[in-house]
Amino acid sequence: MTTPVTTPAPTAAAPAGVRTAPRLRRAKEHRPGRPRRSKLLTVLTSLVVLYTVVPLIWLVVNATKTQSGLANSGGLWFADDFALWDNIRDTFTYGDGIFTRWLLNTLLYVVLGAGGATLLAVLGGYALAKFDFPGKRGVFATVIGAVAVPGTALAVPTFLMFSKMGLTDTPWAVVLPSLVSPFGLYLMWVFATEAIPTELLEAARMDGAGEARTFFTVALPLLAPGIVTVLLFTTVATWNNYFLPLIMLKDPDWYPLTLGLSAWNSQAETVGGEVIFNLVITGSLLTILPLVVAFLFLQKYWQSGLAAGSVKE
Amino acid sequence: MTTLQPPAAAEPRPAPPPVRRDRRSWKGWGFIGPFAAVFALVFLAPIAYSIYLSLFRDQLIGGTTFVGLENYQQAIKDELFWASLGRVALFLVIQVPIMLGIALLVALALDSGRLYGKSFFRITIFLPYAVPAVVATLMWGFMYGTKYGLVGDVNSAFGWSLPDPLSADLVLASIGNIVTWEFVGYNMLIFYSALRVVPHSLYEAAEIDGASQWRVITAIKLPAIRGALVIATIFSIIGSFQLFNEPSILRPLARNAITTDYTPNFYTYSLSFSGQQHNYSATVAIIMGLITMVVAYVVQLRGMRKGA
Repeated sequence: MTTPVTTPAPTAAAPAGVRTAPRLRRAKEHRPGRPRRSKLLTVLTSLVVLYTVVPLIWLVVNATKTQSGLANSGGLWFADDFALWDNIRDTFTYGDGIFTRWLLNTLLYVVLGAGGATLLAVLGGYALAKFDFPGKRGVFATVIGAVAVPGTALAVPTFLMFSKMGLTDTPWAVVLPSLVSPFGLYLMWVFATEAIPTELLEAARMDGAGEARTFFTVALPLLAPGIVTVLLFTTVATWNNYFLPLIMLKDPDWYPLTLGLSAWNSQAETVGGEVIFNLVITGSLLTILPLVVAFLFLQKYWQSGLAAGSVKE
Repeated sequence: MTTLQPPAAAEPRPAPPPVRRDRRSWKGWGFIGPFAAVFALVFLAPIAYSIYLSLFRDQLIGGTTFVGLENYQQAIKDELFWASLGRVALFLVIQVPIMLGIALLVALALDSGRLYGKSFFRITIFLPYAVPAVVATLMWGFMYGTKYGLVGDVNSAFGWSLPDPLSADLVLASIGNIVTWEFVGYNMLIFYSALRVVPHSLYEAAEIDGASQWRVITAIKLPAIRGALVIATIFSIIGSFQLFNEPSILRPLARNAITTDYTPNFYTYSLSFSGQQHNYSATVAIIMGLITMVVAYVVQLRGMRKGA
């Protein structure tokens, strides 16, 4: 079947079947003839689009309002005064510019966490796809089993363990657990199996290239679309992470954006806390913007990567 | 061709003729090693540690003592735990089918080629996936407000009196709506990707047979993407059992409706961080992990067997 989680069998099959060196099948339009476009279907699907975009429109509209404008105007239309630029400036300057610090923290966690996770997944996926090594089945079974373990079930024990190791309240506590992406490993494994003809590796080895060199010069370029996909998804996971930093970090100076926004939001609850919902909303908009832009611009890559991940066996 | 295969470097034993044997070397570990090491540190070690923790109890008098399976006995009788599990189970049986149903319908609509502006639909419906749970929950939380939120706007615009989405009766549904909003596009994309690789020839055959669209969907498309359906279901089950972010961020707006033991995960979190009951918290986490794995496994077995 399509997936590894359901069928561990392909592991055994993959190394045995490498002779055939399957090429990455490109997903193509498979329509017989050209179906008529349907207005009704388009309208129905538009309802789902409406559902997905209304909250986003709400966010954009309300990022333009002052704190009092939020209370005094309808949610889906602009207030009298347009305060977007003021809000953005205030978001970055409020509390000695702590938002900038959170942004930089998030970037740090993404570069180290998502970047590292992608690197490990690419190397590991390549190993699973193109090598037969002692303990391979064990590795595979363990990783697949781990996918079913609720990540949050691990969070508390991980916290206790890290606190014994003195890692809590440091960036490492957030970065280290982010380095493992079983989904990324799976995707790279499927992708490497399909995209790298084994003959090519053999040829490089016959030319006397070492394993590292073979990997970097032959395999890596062929893996590019898969790498972009995994990088994008691990970036989302790290950028949006909330539970892990919530548990691991006490010092607001190490907060990522998600935790910071949540802290600003609950500030209204505390006695004497200043109510800054306008900044929470503007900050939220600024937080999602980079990812939305990345997804829009890298569409071509991640969609082909995802398609490859679901190639049927 | 097989004989050209070079034996592993510096192999002392004579290279045996079957090729498969040659490739079985430790070289692969050079590539999987880093992943395996970090995996052991952040996955296996915490699991082992939490099993260890679950066998002890920290008491005011006497300090930490070995108690065997007493924590497990306590958990099995713990009504708070079962109530929280019941809540996520209810959530699961209602929210997951709705979310996956919408995702599947949209994926089929996209795949049918009958939509105007297909790529616009695909990317727009997927976008919420890029929105952090924190932001999604904050947004919906504001909109749910009956005073200043969208619900309030609708009430005053139409003279309705919609019920408060954050009241005790409705808050679980409101959380379900947030989760659906976040993941409907992601699941849609998984289904759509699977649909795209259904072999062309099957459709041609169906066309020659004069099969209706509906027939094509039930006889070709759905069976072809069964693997993707099962995977999406399993991930959604795991996600539901882990529910934490949305209720915990929504809690300031609905303190009475969302208790600190609202979901199993919320419960373990509160036990650990407000209650300092680390050992019991680890026990509940392990039980929850086991239940999740069993349910995921059963779904997988059933899903793959049906009509296979």
